[in-house]
Amino acid sequence: MIKPKHQRLVLIAVAVVAVLAAVLLAMWGLKDRAAYFHTPSEVAQGKAAVGQPIRLGGMVEEGSIERLSDGVTIRFLVGDETAQVPVLYRGIVPDLFREGSGAVAEGRLAPSGLFVADTILAKHDERYMPPELGNLSAVQAAGKTVQK
Amino acid sequence: MIAEAGLAALWLAAALALLQLFLAFGPAPVRAEGTAPVRAVAIAQGTLTLFAMAMLVALFLRTDLSVLLVAQNSHSAKPWLYKLAGAWGNHEGSMLLWVTVLGLSGAILAIFSRRLDTRTFRSAMGAQGALALGFFAFLLLASNPFARLNPPAAEGRGLNPLLQDPGLVFHPPTLYLGYVGLSVAFSLAVGALISGRVDSALAKAMRPWVLGAWVLLTIGIAAGSYWAYYELGWGGWWFWDPVENASLMPWLAATALLHSINVLAARDSLRAWTVMLAMVGFSMSMVGTFLVRSGILTSVHAFAVDPQRGTFILVLLSFYIGAAFALFAIRSGKLAEGPRFELVSREAALVGNNLLLTVILGIVFVGTLYPLFVEAVTGDKLSVGPPYFNTVAGPIALVLALLVAIGPLLSWRRDSGGKLKRLVIPALVGLTLVVVLLLAPPGGHLLSKLGLAIAAMLAIASFLPLAGRKFRRTPLSVWGMVVAHFGVAVALAGMAGSTLLSKEVLTAARPGDRVAIGPWLVEFHSIMPAAGPNWTALEAELRASRGGGVEILKPQVRFYTDPPTETSEAAIETVMSGQLYTVVGRATGDGRWQLRLWWKPLITLLWLGAALIALGGLLALVGRASRGWRKEHQR
Repeated sequence: MIKPKHQRLVLIAVAVVAVLAAVLLAMWGLKDRAAYFHTPSEVAQGKAAVGQPIRLGGMVEEGSIERLSDGVTIRFLVGDETAQVPVLYRGIVPDLFREGSGAVAEGRLAPSGLFVADTILAKHDERYMPPELGNLSAVQAAGKTVQK
Repeated sequence: MIAEAGLAALWLAAALALLQLFLAFGPAPVRAEGTAPVRAVAIAQGTLTLFAMAMLVALFLRTDLSVLLVAQNSHSAKPWLYKLAGAWGNHEGSMLLWVTVLGLSGAILAIFSRRLDTRTFRSAMGAQGALALGFFAFLLLASNPFARLNPPAAEGRGLNPLLQDPGLVFHPPTLYLGYVGLSVAFSLAVGALISGRVDSALAKAMRPWVLGAWVLLTIGIAAGSYWAYYELGWGGWWFWDPVENASLMPWLAATALLHSINVLAARDSLRAWTVMLAMVGFSMSMVGTFLVRSGILTSVHAFAVDPQRGTFILVLLSFYIGAAFALFAIRSGKLAEGPRFELVSREAALVGNNLLLTVILGIVFVGTLYPLFVEAVTGDKLSVGPPYFNTVAGPIALVLALLVAIGPLLSWRRDSGGKLKRLVIPALVGLTLVVVLLLAPPGGHLLSKLGLAIAAMLAIASFLPLAGRKFRRTPLSVWGMVVAHFGVAVALAGMAGSTLLSKEVLTAARPGDRVAIGPWLVEFHSIMPAAGPNWTALEAELRASRGGGVEILKPQVRFYTDPPTETSEAAIETVMSGQLYTVVGRATGDGRWQLRLWWKPLITLLWLGAALIALGGLLALVGRASRGWRKEHQR
């Protein structure tokens, strides 16, 4: 290769290309790999894509948790004011997962309308609530009185 | 009294930061001649912040419930270790720790930096003062850790049990030392831009800070990863959680800086480049602090959701980053170009390292901030996780690992490629492994298979720079490089191997049942109540065997009362070839218990590799420091 006359210019060009490449790669990667957050009513209205990774957030409905006979799979309803979505989850639920409490499920929506979750997230402690559940009232999401 | 003393010390330190700023940049009558006044001020400021931090720790150790922060985050019945670490297990305390490290960094720079020219040094101290001033303001105006509670609480609300772990004692301080240690590199870069003297003397002054901060970041990230691994009970060691990314981004920038600074020190090349990276490094620390401390993220680290604080940090970091980059834009054109180098040379390889690291940093940065950006613009909520980061950044990281094998074999300025012949054997080993892995077991990610092969190649190649050297005459910094690069290979083997070979069993079992996983046969022996200082638990006893003796594992479900919380404590059996990871879940109601078991072969290599990487950095730091010291004393 010819010895560059202005090494600095070459380096600047290379750096700019690298940064652009990073951004382009990132945008390409994000196009179909970002998981959108949906509420049960949005799912009911068909706003959530079937088969795509999404996050579903809402209240675990009272009395809806049902354990299957293998002992490690549960089925429950996640709901909000207007709709409910059935969720199937195989695994150990987080410590603060309980009926009447807020939860976020990560997974995919099957064509049948069943949400198959890979991961369940619940709030971390008394004072903490996932920001996605901020539109539910605090009392509702925590299942009890939250201070402040 | 203790709280008031701490608060007074903070105000005083803030005033000194302002004075430091004026001594460096003020109009002529204020600006000090020489460096003695600014040094004295910086040392006093560092001492005062350390004093304030000590006062907060004292309040936590005494569980002084008339202090709001203690009442909200501590409890008299907590073990003393967690009372101590609880001082930084909350927003205000952790910001105080952050500012303490910032103040101490300035003080240490003031004490030890003797070889920099006056103008660069004074401007750097001014920049450090400016940084400190902003964060003092944040602490005093928006996050006062010493606020009183009147009347005092009867009892504290306790510390989140997830944080009640020895990890809390070490993880935040090491990470903060790393994060904020980069502030000195930032300030020195600003100082050098102002004085216009970007040369190898600057690089040599900056290098110990970059090396030290990088070692601590490495340890802090690895410790945080291991903590999440055993504490969350999810069996994973990296989730691409925004908070993890917040610590990874400064590390990536510091890794790039660490390499380019050697070019500046040894060859006086890559001047503007290195200065830029030094500014990016601490900028990433501030972005990380914003992500973690603003409460906009879902995380154990988001202690409190307070939008005002987020805005405050955002304004601060925009100001500092904006000012630094504006300065760069104005002044960098005036820097003379350093000596040239050829396309095949050590410098070019290091530029390649920097570019790849920058691309990875860009990918992580965009992926981490994208959800915030989209939500701000469209209101849609989304999350970006492993499928994005692994797929997009993973292949580039592997290319970088290949370059790690090649770069150290090239000589400065120009190289005929003669030493590259030595790579034949490692390359053959790598290729053979790729072929074997691709042909043999079905399934498994391509990326992991390639990773394993590249790790094997790099593990051999990392020692090649020692070939032909007399071991006892080899500088410690070269040993450091070899150890760190070997550590990269080992860690990569751990990541790829454990991902490829990991086995998982999720089942419900009765006491007496046996479960097979990988080479292990695990007997669920019993489940019994257990108790600790501030918790009770249900503790399962698992007896794991593989041929020989029996290992006993005791995973628990713990119940804390203050605040009332359940946590699951995984039990992990570490053997040479990997880790058996066990979690007990809930009772199913018919006498069975949920058990989740993982056999993670080679994961031990990940932890070993991280330790080697940090050790390599430490060796280089000691080597450079002792060499500098000897030079000083020969004169």
